[in-house]
Amino acid sequence: MPDAPGLELIRGEIEQDHPGAILDTGFDHGAASLSIDPEHVLAVLTWLRDAPGQGYRFLSSLHAADYLPAEPRFAVHYELLNRDRVERLRVKALLADPGEDALPELDSCVELFPTAEFQEREVFDFFGIVFKGHPDLTRILLPEDYVGWPQRRDFPVGGEPVTFTYNERNYG
Amino acid sequence: MRSRQLTARDMLRGDLEGEELERYVEQKVVLTNFEKMLNWARSNSCFPLTFGLACCAIEAPISVVTARYDLARFGAEAMRASPRQADMIILSGRVSIKMAPVVRRLYDQMLEPKWAVSMGACSSSGGMFSNYAVVQGADKFMPIDLHIPGCPPRPEAVLYGFTKLQRKIQGNPDQGWRQRYNAAGTEEWARGGPRSEPSAESAEAYLAARELIGA
Repeated sequence: MPDAPGLELIRGEIEQDHPGAILDTGFDHGAASLSIDPEHVLAVLTWLRDAPGQGYRFLSSLHAADYLPAEPRFAVHYELLNRDRVERLRVKALLADPGEDALPELDSCVELFPTAEFQEREVFDFFGIVFKGHPDLTRILLPEDYVGWPQRRDFPVGGEPVTFTYNERNYG
Repeated sequence: MRSRQLTARDMLRGDLEGEELERYVEQKVVLTNFEKMLNWARSNSCFPLTFGLACCAIEAPISVVTARYDLARFGAEAMRASPRQADMIILSGRVSIKMAPVVRRLYDQMLEPKWAVSMGACSSSGGMFSNYAVVQGADKFMPIDLHIPGCPPRPEAVLYGFTKLQRKIQGNPDQGWRQRYNAAGTEEWARGGPRSEPSAESAEAYLAARELIGA
């Protein structure tokens, strides 16, 4: 994986073509990551895939996270892999919560990485993040008529309260 | 052994008479009624559906039929791959909300008399999965005759539960589940509703058949 100076070089080269695309760089638990503006997600992924000397051609995972108290709230993580050098790079697209009924939106990368198709559907299914340009953005794991985005942090845990003695005594 | 065979032969020939015949009948004949005999037969030839939901499936339909535990001792070894041939369904594991309609359809496809066993904490109450994806107890959407607690229950517990189910079958409960659980009138029908009147053709055929037998 690129070390800290290498990451800064990547940042500098992307910044030349797309100013404002990179918000932050960092090492989390020994993994290099780029935090990017969601407007530029396709440009950054294309550059990392096609630029000479980069060659992150394999999207090993695409997933989302909800950092609720933090702002911006959501992040879509792209785990990229260069299979020649066995180098990994994480790209985080930080997404703000647009408010009550609106859903956060992001460009779909299915054209770049066909494997993203099902994974973007899964992210949509559980987090309600809309991928613009996705060929078939429907629920993939939950029932089609399900209401809500259950992996969000403000989604109620659900189920039924268990009547342990402790709960009865304190909350009866 | 040989003398018993000879007595049986004599009886069949009609040579056995008097006190000998009385003794033979006392030894060989058990009097019961047809219902009890039928329920005894049903309880000892209960075909389970080949069906597993989650981790409990390792214990119930898989371990229990192996040589070590051997459900065949209780007459339930004939696993049926079609619900239409099965008498018993074992819900072995958590029922997710996406699976619940499928489980219900399988149960509805089984023929009466049918028995449902909820195995383990998850299918009885949701277990540890108190979340968006799992039904909190399978009896929310179908009638359950027997709950086996455990996480997962040992195969011995499943066998014990099955003998309990046999006792229940022998006790002659109402054979239809709607009667058993006081659920008459909850039938759901496909679009158009039930046909309460026979079609014109079948009514004609019925009358013709009645005429034929001179009724």
